[in-house]
Amino acid sequence: MKIFLMGNPNVGKSAVFNRLTGVDVVVSNYPGTTVEFTKGSLKTKEQDYELIDMPGTYTLEPTNKAEQIALEVLKSRKDSDVVINVVEATNLERSLNLTLQLLNERVPVIVALNFWDETKHKGIIIDIEKLENILKVPCIPICAVTSWGVNRLVGRIKEAKPSRFQYDKQGRWHEIGNIIDQVQTITHRHHTLLERLSDASVKPLTALPIAVAVLFFAFKLIRFIGEGIIGYVCEPLFENLWSPLMMELSSFLGSEGFIHNLIIGRLVDGQVDYGNSFGLLTTGLFVPLGAVLPYVFAFYLVLSFLEDFGYLPRLAIMTDTLMHRLGLHGLAIVPMLLGLGCNVPGVLSTRILETRRERFISITILSIGVPCAALQAMVVGLVGRHGMASLGIVYATLFLVWLILGVLMNLTVKGKSPEIFIEIPPYRIPYLRGLSKKIWIRIKWFIKEAVPFVLLGVLIVNLLYTLGIIQFVGRIAAPVVTIVLGLPQEAIGALLVGFLRKDVAVGMLIPLELTAKQLVIASVVLAMYFPCVATFTTIVKELGFVDMAKSAGIMIVSSLVVGGLLNLILV
Amino acid sequence: MSKSNKNKKPADYTGNRISLARMQAGQRGRIVEINGGQGLVRRLEAIGIREGREIKKISKQWMRGPVLLQHGSSQVALGFGMASKVLVEIIRED
Repeated sequence: MKIFLMGNPNVGKSAVFNRLTGVDVVVSNYPGTTVEFTKGSLKTKEQDYELIDMPGTYTLEPTNKAEQIALEVLKSRKDSDVVINVVEATNLERSLNLTLQLLNERVPVIVALNFWDETKHKGIIIDIEKLENILKVPCIPICAVTSWGVNRLVGRIKEAKPSRFQYDKQGRWHEIGNIIDQVQTITHRHHTLLERLSDASVKPLTALPIAVAVLFFAFKLIRFIGEGIIGYVCEPLFENLWSPLMMELSSFLGSEGFIHNLIIGRLVDGQVDYGNSFGLLTTGLFVPLGAVLPYVFAFYLVLSFLEDFGYLPRLAIMTDTLMHRLGLHGLAIVPMLLGLGCNVPGVLSTRILETRRERFISITILSIGVPCAALQAMVVGLVGRHGMASLGIVYATLFLVWLILGVLMNLTVKGKSPEIFIEIPPYRIPYLRGLSKKIWIRIKWFIKEAVPFVLLGVLIVNLLYTLGIIQFVGRIAAPVVTIVLGLPQEAIGALLVGFLRKDVAVGMLIPLELTAKQLVIASVVLAMYFPCVATFTTIVKELGFVDMAKSAGIMIVSSLVVGGLLNLILV
Repeated sequence: MSKSNKNKKPADYTGNRISLARMQAGQRGRIVEINGGQGLVRRLEAIGIREGREIKKISKQWMRGPVLLQHGSSQVALGFGMASKVLVEIIRED
């Protein structure tokens, strides 16, 4: 038997899903977090259910693709299947529109009133018994993030049945008004601090300083946490605990030879060097776990907090005018921010944009101009040594490319870009448990996705060098790499490996001992020229091969142009 | 339901009516007409923005940026173009 979780966007369907199944899916405080159907199972004493978390819908008279799909899924259900209609208790009136439509479909429905805890702060009193009597289906108040009421919800699933509630379809909002009058009382109260803050973050005079401050502190905090963990935890661990172990293994393997160099890498002054050695167990482990993971953790800590607090939709309002110049609207800031962590979830979340044109533009400028945390961690570590100015040039260049390319694509790509239309949820203080769980989901995902590819990357680097392929391709590509970009021939190795993992590619630049100018050019080109394989396959899935090819063409050409220009301009 | 817009009067000049886009932040109003196609009317109605609904404009942004409005206990941001098609009657604050 199946249970469908349906409800308006951002009412906490995914939070309910997590509680019921124990499967962890990402929960945030903005509409459109769930872009796919997620399935899980729920076992009760009586029955096993398959639970399906659906993207948010306002209505069964579809106004967009997600609602169209939701309707089709609903139409194809079996008679015994049940819908749990998650509604926002603090927004009952709006939520009942979908509820009444579901009742009218004669689907077995059970209504879960989420955010029950918030009704008290907001002075909203809802008479649940009366609501049940009117709707003639079970209505259960819950608070999904704390699990309050969830057991009662599970216990009453078997009571779900098609409602006998009748109403005039044309006068649905009128009927909703009647129901609200009967079951809901709102007591007068003063604005809370969070509401004042909410207003301040959307009024132009205060919103801009707030946005600047938030982004500045977010950036500072990420660097502080990332560098702190690297300096005080990762490097000491690797230097003091792992290095002696590797040295033992090194002498056991005879300190040289192919196998030794594959596993330990080349010794520098008789010692393991995590930047230069390039062995599977040295550089191969240090790059993802010692250099990148601390920044990934710091980034997701800060981003997840902002997401759960509810800042992202406000940032979307702020950036809407700018985004229009790029053929997008404000909500496109969400995939861009997610892309700063990893481009893959960034590309996936472009599904919150409605048209193909918006998705093509946003995906292309995302994978060209938005460097992922892994790449950034390595670039900050390597380029940062030459001073903040060099690092500033890398970031400023990527931002300008993102902007200019977006403007150009807006002028040339055919199709429509609709305006922003989004509900702005209230600010919410994140629950520590939910927040840490979300960060953990993302970290786990990073380790699972990144470590194998980094190891594969290091393996391939070794094979390419041993077989002389890098030297060979280097000679062929020399004109482009040396004349246009001003880099040494060997840098071609980094561009080859960059397709696998960009962090490993930046790592390959370390032994080349480049100048500050060369490092800037190499970092910018590596960020732009092509997506890594994980992002590449995601884009093919999302856009299809033809659009991916077009997008790739734009990437290669613009990276050569920008790299060449930097080579001419920089001293 | 909204009447389809056959007379081509500019949206902002309809007597005491004013478009949501031209309203001042902080003003309250009652929606009297949605001057758009069925698509727009349906999208707005799906979240409860319809003729007769009382709303309050929370904020606007520079350079024809999106308009934020409050209706009931929810807030919605909509593009300037959409907001221009929603006509409201200003409610006086006493």
